[in-house]
Amino acid sequence: MFLINCPFCGERDQSEFSSGGEAHIVRPKQPTELSDDEWAEYLFMRKNIKGIQFERWNHAHGCRKWFNAVRDTSNDKILSVYKMGEKPPLNYK
Amino acid sequence: MPNYRINKTEYIDETKRVSFKYDGKTYFGYEGDTLASALLANGIHLVGRSFKYHRPRGIVSCGAEEPNAICQIGSKKDLTEPNVRATELELYEGLEASSQNCWPNVKFDIGGINNFISPLIPAGFYYKTFMWPKSFWKKVYEPLIRLSAGLGKSPTEPDPDIYDHKYVHYDVLVIGGGVSGIIAAKMAAKNNLKTLLVDDKKILGGSTIYQNNESIKIDDKLSSEWLKNEIQEIKKLSNLTIKTRTSIAAYHGYNFLLAKENLTDHLPEEKKKNKIRQRLWKIRAKKVVIATGSIERPLVFNNNDRPGILLSNSINKYLDYYGVTCGENIILFTNNDSAYETSISLHKKGIKNIIVDLRKSASSELIKQAESLGIKIYFNHVVTNTFGYRKINSLEIMKLSEDGNTTVGNKIRLSCDCLGMSGGWTPMVHMHTQSGGKLDFRDEDQVFLPKENSEDQISVGSCNGDFDLENIIDKTVNKINKFLDIDNQDYQDTNIICSKENDKRNIWLLPNKIPLGKTKCFIDFQNDSTAKDIKLALKEGFRSIEHVKRYTTTGMATDQGKLSNMHALGIIADTAGVKMGTLGTTTFRPPFTPLTFGTLVGRNVGKFFEVVRKTSMHEWHVENNAEFENVGQWKRPWYYPKNGENMHDAVQRESKAARDSAGILDASTLGKIDIQGTDASEFLNRVYTNAWSKLAIGKCRYGLMLNEDGMVYDDGVTTRISENHYLMTTTTGGAANVLSKLEDYLQTEWPELDVYLTSVTDHYSTASICGPNSKKILNKLFPNLDLSDENFPHMSFKEDKLKNINCRIMRISFTGELSYEINIESKYGHSLWKMCIEAGKEFNLTPYGTETMHLLRAEKGFIIVGQDTDGTMTPSDLQMDWIVSKKKYDFIGKRSLYRSDTIREDRKQLVGLLTDDPKEILEEGAQIVSDVKSKPIDMLGHVTSSYFSPNLNKSIALAVVRSGKTMKGQKLIIPMENKNINVTVSDTIFLDKENKRLNA
Ligand SMILES: [Zn+2]
Repeated sequence: MFLINCPFCGERDQSEFSSGGEAHIVRPKQPTELSDDEWAEYLFMRKNIKGIQFERWNHAHGCRKWFNAVRDTSNDKILSVYKMGEKPPLNYK
Repeated sequence: MPNYRINKTEYIDETKRVSFKYDGKTYFGYEGDTLASALLANGIHLVGRSFKYHRPRGIVSCGAEEPNAICQIGSKKDLTEPNVRATELELYEGLEASSQNCWPNVKFDIGGINNFISPLIPAGFYYKTFMWPKSFWKKVYEPLIRLSAGLGKSPTEPDPDIYDHKYVHYDVLVIGGGVSGIIAAKMAAKNNLKTLLVDDKKILGGSTIYQNNESIKIDDKLSSEWLKNEIQEIKKLSNLTIKTRTSIAAYHGYNFLLAKENLTDHLPEEKKKNKIRQRLWKIRAKKVVIATGSIERPLVFNNNDRPGILLSNSINKYLDYYGVTCGENIILFTNNDSAYETSISLHKKGIKNIIVDLRKSASSELIKQAESLGIKIYFNHVVTNTFGYRKINSLEIMKLSEDGNTTVGNKIRLSCDCLGMSGGWTPMVHMHTQSGGKLDFRDEDQVFLPKENSEDQISVGSCNGDFDLENIIDKTVNKINKFLDIDNQDYQDTNIICSKENDKRNIWLLPNKIPLGKTKCFIDFQNDSTAKDIKLALKEGFRSIEHVKRYTTTGMATDQGKLSNMHALGIIADTAGVKMGTLGTTTFRPPFTPLTFGTLVGRNVGKFFEVVRKTSMHEWHVENNAEFENVGQWKRPWYYPKNGENMHDAVQRESKAARDSAGILDASTLGKIDIQGTDASEFLNRVYTNAWSKLAIGKCRYGLMLNEDGMVYDDGVTTRISENHYLMTTTTGGAANVLSKLEDYLQTEWPELDVYLTSVTDHYSTASICGPNSKKILNKLFPNLDLSDENFPHMSFKEDKLKNINCRIMRISFTGELSYEINIESKYGHSLWKMCIEAGKEFNLTPYGTETMHLLRAEKGFIIVGQDTDGTMTPSDLQMDWIVSKKKYDFIGKRSLYRSDTIREDRKQLVGLLTDDPKEILEEGAQIVSDVKSKPIDMLGHVTSSYFSPNLNKSIALAVVRSGKTMKGQKLIIPMENKNINVTVSDTIFLDKENKRLNA
């Protein structure tokens, strides 16, 4: 059970959060201009890597805010959290 | 009756005699005993039959690793527990226990015949044999195996005991209260760290607490005396909490651990009453010190499983802690120094014993002590066989060859009534690996050790592979100082004298003249797997330890291979000719010892099992006989049976009344989201498929919401309350998900929009009144409100007061009837409902439940998201193209509506079905075909909604059918178990296609 540091509320138990999958997938501004393949890329394709992963989390049973987290999936350590709209910390690739 | 209690100890209170029943017979023990020690005091070793061969089995150990002494406690239907280890169960007055794994009884066991046909039961036997013929499995094999395997009995009635959960936070958690755990806890607590020390036993002290060899001393005291002082000291520390009878069940990430505290399992029946039985501790610790110790290894030789064969250290504990000797003529078989402690202790209490040592020689102080006491030692010898059916009575030893691979010389037969085995020690690395830690293999004594200690957790003491006392204390002190970043000097001058040395001669499978195929060298006692089975698995091509484990079932019993895994690995490595460290280990999964369901569930039973949401009108529904349906967490009235009606009759009556005069539905559970902000209209444009900008203030509109994949996600009516204020309704079950989805888009994709969402589902209660007389009822309730179609048309909204309380009234319809929804603050919901009922009396206003609601909307062909849709239906599939805006540039899911797959013409599409026999009601979920003769039959779709309509006097159904849109009028077949039902594809709207009733 993770301890997650909500950027708005502080450290809380994982059970208060819901995970929203991979971060930094921006909804295309003009979906109608996209080919089926391009749209499918946005809609379906997600990374599932062993190592540093950028994820979206929602403090669902708390402040209800969405935020991003950097997690090492090999040991589940959350290395950093940052607000929506902020750039991911540079030291993680 | 024999009495093997020969030693007085401070842990057994001989003034307190305790009677208990074992397999129906009454025995006596003392307060302080475990069931196992009390049985041994009564001379009982035989406690069960082995799983596969039904061989007699005895107590092997004195702790959690026990594979054989597994019993069923109690015999009541609600209070009986299987798989309890007698070695851990504290004795109490009136305890009733029985042996498992034997039918009809422990002394005469019908399955014992398996022992003689055992050459026919090799590894994988069950996989190979019971596979064929298939039909035999359920009726013949399974009942037989279950009956004779005796996996214990579950209680058949609800557990009356009370269980508890507790959340705690500590700076430091120390697991295990042996020497190293006590030192660690003391150091942490004395340095102002809030510390919790847990130990699964009744008292602290581990195996040092009963140590009484004069050659093992700390500060000139017996190590046990020294430790008792330490324990007294730490009990005085104010920021140290000590929990005994508490075992860690699981070590999860981020130092989150689950512990089970036993509170009443050791108490007699009358003292258990009304007390919490077990408490699950949910612990968050900043740092965790693992000091779980080690367990002694058995040795693998022919017939190493007879009753009377125990681990050597367990013999020692039974003697020095419980005062019980396991025999009167004992042989200790060892490959290391530990057994000498047992031997000397036995000798001092007058128990004759001899030692068989695999080592060629050894010369520690401890061995010299044994020699000087005149204890006979056979160095460089190996036990090759044992004898005795219900208990060991003798054994054979032979000399080992130089390389240890074979035996040489003549057999020597020695008589005995007990054999102790000591194969060295296995560090308990379970906690370390559960926390995600990796292991290293130490070749010199063949043990797996915690590889790295992280900044969150550390292993100390023998679970870290430090076996001698000096090492244990020194290293623990150094490591804890570093780990906690403190500088504790308490043990700086501690003087330790330990006469034991660490050398050992490790041979996983001991040599024998008899071919392996004819021996019974047990590795896993509980699951009856032998060295032969492991070798067979290797021969058949299995290589991975995980595969060998599953194929031979080694380590898969309730003890999870605590005694067996190392030997299995060792034999695999030896046979395959690889280094043991390269094989890895099987996964150490939680729980460490079995947990009861009660502990896991805690107080969340009965009415606390799940949150229940009730509307303000709930009490009225209860008083008026409603049957309820669970919709998510909500309790919704399902139907209101009158005068013994069944569901069908009630629903028919309710549906007819709603269309003939008036019906009333509690619609409070519909999700309600308050939307405000200058961009509210734009936001709705983006989340719904239809256009919202032009919706006038005071008007309502139905909306369909898609997922980004184009599939229908939710629907509902949204009302424009004012320029920048809307009230959205969602499906009952979808409310929470819709809100979080909308928040997601607002916060992450469209942060530029000025929109605020608030869930107001619980703020308002809703009574929905429909039917041709609904307007008259509304007029009685709101006499000042102009209800004319001109002033208050369909799909519009008004505010008015009911006895000075504000109401929001929407004229919207989910039934196709003239219909009004009255929303009022929840605290007035019950009054509102009662006033509606009162006002509606003269019009036969009939309360109806969800079933009637479903029927009425089906007559009109309105979909229910989640019933007629399943996450694969587009608006077009539902024949709802009319609600998808062609003009809007974008909305959630729009682009997906013309992906190659979503524009396929042969997708499953919503249609109506009419049965040829109007009385025949289809089953929801039934498959639809066009031809029952072809093979395989082509499945076209399935029925999603089906009812008998009292208003049409015929059966109606909605269904999804491949290319259904083009099939109107076509005949299809619903094949059922006993018949084929003929149906015709129809329009989805069965009643009032012209919508006349909306303005009736
Ligand atoms: Zn938060």
